[in-house]
Order: sequence, then C-alpha cells, then structure tokens
Amino acid sequence: MKTPLYSAHVALGARMILFGGWHMPVQYEGILREHLHVRSHCGVFDTCHMGELEVRGPHAAEDLDRLITCRVADLAVGQCRYGYLLHEKGGVLDDLTCYRFAFDRFWLVVNASTRQSDFEWIRDHLSPSTTLEDRSDALAKLDVQGPTSRANLERAFDVPLPDLGYFRFATARLDGTDCVISRTGYTGEWGYELYFPAERAAGFWEKLIAAPGIRPAGLGARDTLRLEMGYPLYGHELGPERTPAGVAQGRFIDLAKPFVGRDPVKEELERGPREKLVGLLLDGRRAARAGAEVYAKEGRVGVVTSGSFAPSLDCAAALAYISAEGANPGQMVEVDAGVTRLKARVAALPLYRKGTARGSRIERHD
Amino acid sequence: MNIPRDFRFTSSHEWVRIRNNIATVGITDYAQNQLSDLTFIELPAVDDEVSASDEVAVVESVKAASDVYAPVSGRVVEINTRVVEQPDIVNRDPYGEGWLFKIEMSHPEEIDDLMDADQYEESLPEEE
Repeated sequence: MKTPLYSAHVALGARMILFGGWHMPVQYEGILREHLHVRSHCGVFDTCHMGELEVRGPHAAEDLDRLITCRVADLAVGQCRYGYLLHEKGGVLDDLTCYRFAFDRFWLVVNASTRQSDFEWIRDHLSPSTTLEDRSDALAKLDVQGPTSRANLERAFDVPLPDLGYFRFATARLDGTDCVISRTGYTGEWGYELYFPAERAAGFWEKLIAAPGIRPAGLGARDTLRLEMGYPLYGHELGPERTPAGVAQGRFIDLAKPFVGRDPVKEELERGPREKLVGLLLDGRRAARAGAEVYAKEGRVGVVTSGSFAPSLDCAAALAYISAEGANPGQMVEVDAGVTRLKARVAALPLYRKGTARGSRIERHD
Repeated sequence: MNIPRDFRFTSSHEWVRIRNNIATVGITDYAQNQLSDLTFIELPAVDDEVSASDEVAVVESVKAASDVYAPVSGRVVEINTRVVEQPDIVNRDPYGEGWLFKIEMSHPEEIDDLMDADQYEESLPEEE
C-alpha cells in the first residue's frame, strides 16, 4: 500500500522500504542527519500509514474502558492517553492512543500493521449502541517533531497555534482546512501529530518541507529517536505473546478498572514481572541487534528486541527484556553478536534525557 | 555510480588497488551508498595473515551490518585507524581517504580472479 505522499517521497530521492505492508521512506538525506535535526530543530514524518478508528455512542467510553488498559472515562474532551489493547491472556494486540472528541466520540490511533485486526477485535467487543468506523483512508497524518516545531509550524501556516499541554489536542484551521492538532509524538521532542483530510496531504507536505527549519525525516530516524527514548515498537517490544507488565513499570495500565486481559496482567504486576524492558548502553559503536541473547555472570538473562547506533548518545544502544533480578541500572551484561560478545550496561529509560517533549524543562511525572 | 577504472573489484563490493605487491582494500561507492551512514567499523590487526574471502572486517550502519572479505591472501601491513574513529569518511570518500586496510600479497595471481571496472559495473543491479 502507498500513502498519498508516495510520489513526493520518491521525488525527494527517499529510500523506500516495506513497513507493515506500506511503502514508506526509511530515509531522505541520511538517518543520522535526520535524527539530529529532529533533536535540534524540526522534522516532518509521513505517518499516513497509521490507522484512525472512530468509536461513537452513549456507551463508547465504557466500551473502550473494557477494551484498553488506560482509563478512558475520565479523559477530558481534548485529551488523549496512551494504552494497550490486550487479548484475554494479557498479550498485546496493539499499542494505541485514545483521543476524546466529545462525551460520546473517540478516536483510537493504531499501528498500520494491526489496523485491520484491531478493527475486527474492537467491533466484536462493542455494545450494540456503539459504532466503529475506520477513517484511516480518509485521513492523512503528519508528525511534526522537534524543539522548534511550534515556531516552524506557525511560520509555515502563518497562524498562531493553540496552547496545548502534553497529550492535549484541539482543532485548528491550517491553510483553510480544519485539522486535529495533537501535542504528542514518538520522538521524545516537543511536537505535534496533525490529522486532516487525505486529499490535502500533498499540499501540506509541500508547505511543510518548504518551510525554513523543517526537514523531512524517515522511518529510520523515527526508529532511532524512539529507541533512545525507550518507547516500545509493536512487533519488537510488544506482541501477542507477552503482556505489557514488564514495560515502563506497568504504566499506562489502570488495574482499578476491568478490561480484557486484566487478570493475568494484574497477577504479573503483583508478583513482579519475570522480565523487564530495560535500556542497554553498549561499550562502543557496534550495534546489538534484535534477537541477540543477553548474558550475565549467571548465564543467559534476556534478549535484545531493538538496537542500533544511537546518534544522540554517540554509542550503540538497545532495548532488551532482562530477567527482573538482573534488570538493575548499572548491571554489566554481554550481548552475543555472533563472532563476538559486546559489553553493555543496563540503563534506566529513557536513555536520552534531554528530550523536550514535555517542555523545555525535564519534569518527572506521569 | 562512481567506479575507478584502474581498480579491481569483488562480487561482495570490495575494491582493490594494487601498488607493487601491496593491495589496498576498501568498500565500493555502491556498497557505502547501500549501507548509508556508517556508524561502526572493525578492522583486522596489523600482521594478521588472511586468505582470500576470509571475513576480516565489519562495517555497520544504523540499519545494517556487513562483513568485509579479504579480496586476496597475504599479511595485513597497515590499517586505516581514522575510519574507525570517523566511519563517515568511508561514506564521503570510499575510494580515497576511506580505504580500510592494506595486504602484502602472498599469491599475487589471485588478482586475476577479481573483476575489472566494466565487469563490476555490469554486475550491479540497474539503478531504480
């Protein structure tokens, strides 16, 4: 499948790859430069491949609370929240963001590769009065990310943007089109996710990449940026064979309400997850790749789920599931890289701590 | 695609420049372009004895890792430590400053098994 921006990417000389069934740009001028530009200025990512599912009805909030791990009932209109969609055994069907547009109207923004299976799963778990609509084909999505995003966007569209707190959204008129603008993203930097009619995709893209300060960024940089932040990627850190209990100390899971998959997750969180997702800082620049086994003095302690050179850390970094007793920051481990073993240190997440996502100050709260 | 006419090439995208009995080895412009931004390079040690098609070095980018094979047999007599510190030199100048190592050849006739520039060019996939 192709996003409305496929030919724009090809025209820019992007290197295209297949990701979740979609032809997507992995890089334009190079992953390292794109990564560093997002950390220091502003990048725009084509995320049109992601899915937007609209859930409506008087019981929509209750239905969603029963389906996803984060609390939906107390979301304010104009607020969104990250959570997981689980099956009965607690394994992860998807990670998603739930947006509240009205008392009875929500969006779930889901991964591209799971969009269809999510749709079917959710449809089969709704009350009769709740409707589900897949709006993904009609909507374009662009992520504008980086510390200068606000000023760059305001200049590009010549309008002031609404003041938005982290994980808050509003409707804004950009270039004559009503857009949903959300202060969210997956890079760790201040930024926005923009949702608007798909037919405006090419026009918005051209306007953004022509704006001073904004450069196109591909999936390669998106991956290194989220890796440094320790954000899980579905298919790597998250999947149906594992509960989310080992991720982020059980954050984004509200055990005080019933939801599909709650009991196994609750049990695991109460006795302590067997394995935890941790960061690894490698001793050098050589990357530990997904699937590599992790060893400590006592033997095998875990497995790498993602890894590459981390441009903002100037060393290789990885995410790994490590048995809980060995998952302490500072613990030295070795990663089996085939011909050699790479020395690494377990590190708390995020690995990159200067991100501006929440504001210019680094704040410690959920 | 940039291919120096007087170099020899392997199907695994190493280039070789012969001066007297010394073979200087690097990866081709095509290879660096396919790998994209290099982030890590591991070289053999000076005095290592290598045989043609041994894995002797590693180059990695953000997305990929690739072995570098010895195009000819012999003894490693010099390595380019600058590219270990700054792997992007290989991206910028794969046939010049971005050379990887030099081998004093023990079997100079192995050169005849390598491709010349025309053969190498023909071996590359059509540009998309």
